[in-house]
Amino acid sequence: MNAAIMLFPGINRERDMAIALTRSFGRPPRMIWHREADLTGIDVVVIPGGFSYGDYLRCGAMAAHSPCMAAIRAHAVRGGYILGVCNGFQILTEAGLLPGALLRNANLRFIARDCCLRVERGDTVFTSHYQRGQVFRAPMAHGDGNYFADPATLDRLEGEGLVAFRYAPPVGNPNGSARDIAGILSPNLRVLGLMPHPEDLVDPLLGGEDGKPLFDSLAAA
Amino acid sequence: MKATVTVMLRPGVLDPQGRAIAQALHALGFTGVAEVRAGKVIELDLDEADPTRARAQAEEMARRLLANTVIESFRVEIG
Repeated sequence: MNAAIMLFPGINRERDMAIALTRSFGRPPRMIWHREADLTGIDVVVIPGGFSYGDYLRCGAMAAHSPCMAAIRAHAVRGGYILGVCNGFQILTEAGLLPGALLRNANLRFIARDCCLRVERGDTVFTSHYQRGQVFRAPMAHGDGNYFADPATLDRLEGEGLVAFRYAPPVGNPNGSARDIAGILSPNLRVLGLMPHPEDLVDPLLGGEDGKPLFDSLAAA
Repeated sequence: MKATVTVMLRPGVLDPQGRAIAQALHALGFTGVAEVRAGKVIELDLDEADPTRARAQAEEMARRLLANTVIESFRVEIG
């Protein structure tokens, strides 16, 4: 599996993501500046967290119309894997590659703390190294992570098993997300977006490896 | 031709910013404020003299970028 990390101006989690991918994949990902459009030989496109374009207009709105998005869309159409974390999730919803939107946190505060995620599916390329129902810890750091979609879309996501992770006790749902949704999948299960940062918990020296199974799952796909 | 695009969160979408503004207004003594919704105004200076075409352009821009119609509605004023 070859991974690439897409770099937009204002992205700031790309190095954390590169460390997590390198640990699981055994080699570093390609770093691709947003003006480039060549994804030849790439199996997994990763859009990391940060504040692309200073969150101007809406989080992710500018990046969603960046020159590389056509290549990312083509990658999705080919059935390629895409992982969007935090701002990356916001960018995927703005680009229409995942449904819904991320609103301002319900309490209006930027939330930087660990949350607990329950694995809703253990049979996807992103989650095969977790067990369904398993709860793991993941750091979160965002101001706009309140997942919103209309009730029909939420029903469809749940009915088709496209909810990957939900916020779980004891921390619960910190940002007000609809139906505690923290991460969702595309209908072909090859695009995953989530707000928390599993890439920031892949090393015992940093307090745990709760996020590592996600990258191990991808590496084994 | 000038176009003004007003973008608001759709009814039913929680507007915590509007709610916080309402609370602050209440704290200032403006107790008659029932509900506050906050949005944004985007002014476009268009290279287009025909108002109908200018409106069509601004609406297309709003649909494709200025508003996220999953959560927001927009209104275009010309002139």
